[in-house]
Amino acid sequence: MTALPRSTEKKLGLVIDLDTCVGCQACVTACKGWNDAGIGLSDQDPYGADPSGTFLNRVHAYQVAVPDGPAQVVTFPRSCLHCDNAPCVTVCPTGASYKRAEDGIVLVNEDACIGCGLCAWACPYGAREMDADQGVMKKCTLCVDRIYNETLPEEDREPACVRTCPTNARHFGDLADPGSTVSRLVADRGGYDLMPDMGTKPVNKYLPPRAKGPGTANPLTPLLDVQATGVAGWLDRMLGKI
Amino acid sequence: MHPAPSVILFSTLSGLGFGFLALLGWGALQPSGWAAFFLWALGYGLAVAGLMASAFHLGNPKNALKAFTQWRTSWLSREAWASVVTLLILAPMALSDIFGLGQPRLIGQIGGVLALVTVLTTAMIYTQIKAVPRWHHWLTPVMFLTFALAGGAMLSGMRIAPVLLLAVAVVLWAVWQVGDGAFARAGQTMGTATGLDRLGVPSVLDPAHTAGNYLKRGMIFVVGRKHAAKLRKLALVLASVLPAVILLLPLGVWGIALATTLHLAGALAARWLFFAEAEHVVGLYYGARG
Repeated sequence: MTALPRSTEKKLGLVIDLDTCVGCQACVTACKGWNDAGIGLSDQDPYGADPSGTFLNRVHAYQVAVPDGPAQVVTFPRSCLHCDNAPCVTVCPTGASYKRAEDGIVLVNEDACIGCGLCAWACPYGAREMDADQGVMKKCTLCVDRIYNETLPEEDREPACVRTCPTNARHFGDLADPGSTVSRLVADRGGYDLMPDMGTKPVNKYLPPRAKGPGTANPLTPLLDVQATGVAGWLDRMLGKI
Repeated sequence: MHPAPSVILFSTLSGLGFGFLALLGWGALQPSGWAAFFLWALGYGLAVAGLMASAFHLGNPKNALKAFTQWRTSWLSREAWASVVTLLILAPMALSDIFGLGQPRLIGQIGGVLALVTVLTTAMIYTQIKAVPRWHHWLTPVMFLTFALAGGAMLSGMRIAPVLLLAVAVVLWAVWQVGDGAFARAGQTMGTATGLDRLGVPSVLDPAHTAGNYLKRGMIFVVGRKHAAKLRKLALVLASVLPAVILLLPLGVWGIALATTLHLAGALAARWLFFAEAEHVVGLYYGARG
C-alpha cells in the first residue's frame, strides 16, 4: 500500500559525518557488491567506452568557499534518506514502493514495480535509479537483508556501507530513540536535513564539517623575504633607483 | 527532464482524444450513422493510442494491471481508473449515436465530465512533483485542460473553437512567464541540497561519476534548450494562431483537418518544451540547474 504509515515504531537510518568522510568510495563499492549479490544491480558496458550502471550510493566532492577562512573540500555521500514523508512512496501507482511501519525503511517490491520511473522523479535527492537490465526501480534498502540477518555475526548486522567505512564516517541506528548513538551524534554535532523545505522529513542526517579555524601561514614564508647585503645590496639599491 | 517521445506523444494525443470525447459526450456534435462512427472512432483512437504510447516508457509493463490498485494516493493510478471508466461509460453513448438508439444524453454528459477528469489526472501526475518547481503550479492542469478543450472544440467544428485556440496561447504564455522563475522561487541551491550553505558557497570539485547514469539521462536534460525561444514562438503560432485563423476561413472539413494537423505539431512542440525546460532539483548535486 502506498499510503505512508502515520508514524513508525523505529526510524532506522544513517548519520553521515562530513567531517571525517574522505571520499574513498569504499561505501559505494561495498554497497554495490552486497546488493548486486542480493537484488542485482546491473552494469551496461562496464569495461567499454561508455560505462554505466545502477548504484544506490554515490559520493560527490565539493569545494566550499568559506567567507572567513580557508576553502574546504567536502566529500559528500548521497543515498536514500528514508524520509518520513517520502514523496516516492505516495506517487507509486502499483504499491511497489512502500515505507515499513515497524522500522521506517523505504523499500521497493520489485515483483509489483512497472518501471514507470515516477518515484525517481518525485525524489528530490536522486536516491532511486532504474536498473536498465531488469526494468525495475532500485534504491537503498538500508541492507534490510543484513541488519536482521541472524546468520551473520553480530558485528556485521549493519548496512554494508557502514560496516566498510574506514574512517567511521557512517553511523547506523534508530533515530526515533533519543538515547541512541546516532541521535546523540545528531544532537551534539548539529546534524541536519537535506533540502528541508521540500517537506520530505528525511530520517538520515548529515553532520557538518567542523570549523577549521583561520588559515595558518606557511612556516617557510619568512624565508621568502630575502634582504640583499654587501655588493648585492648596493646593486639592488642602485638598480632600484634607475 | 528528458523529453521522452512516448510520454510526449501520450499526453498530447490522449489529451486531444479525451477533449474530443468530452465534447462528443456533451453532444456538441449530433452525428448519426457512419459519420457518428468515424467521429467516435477518432476520439477513441486518439485516447487509446495515447494510452498505448504511455505503456512504451514502462520498464516492466507486465505488471501494468497493478497500476489500478493505488488510487487512494497515486495520481498515476487515478489516471488509469479515470481513463478506463471514461471509455466504458461513453461506449453506450457512442453506440446510441451510431445506431440511433436514443439513449439519454445524460450518459454522455457524465462521460464528458469524466473525460476532463482524466485529463486533470494526467496533469496532476506532473503538478504534484515538488522536486520539479516548473511543474508544481496550478497553471499546469489549466494548460492541459485548455489544450484538451480547444483541441476537442476544433475537431467538433464548434464556433467557439478559435477563441479556445487563442486561449491556448494565453495560457502557454502565462505558463512560461510563471515557469521561468519557478526554480529560483523554490529556493533550492547546491548549498541547501548538500547543507554546505552553513559553511560557505559550494561548487563541484569532482563529479560522483564521470559516465552517465539514470539520473543524468532522465532528469538532468540540458540538450536543445538553446532552441527554446524559437520553439516557443513556433508552438504559439502552430498550436494556437494558425489553426484559429484557418478555422475562420470557409474551408469546411478540410479546414478542420489542416487546423488539427498544425495544432498537433504545435502541441507536440509545447509538450516537448514542457519536459525539456523542466529542471529537477537533483541536478543541483551535479552542479546543473536542470
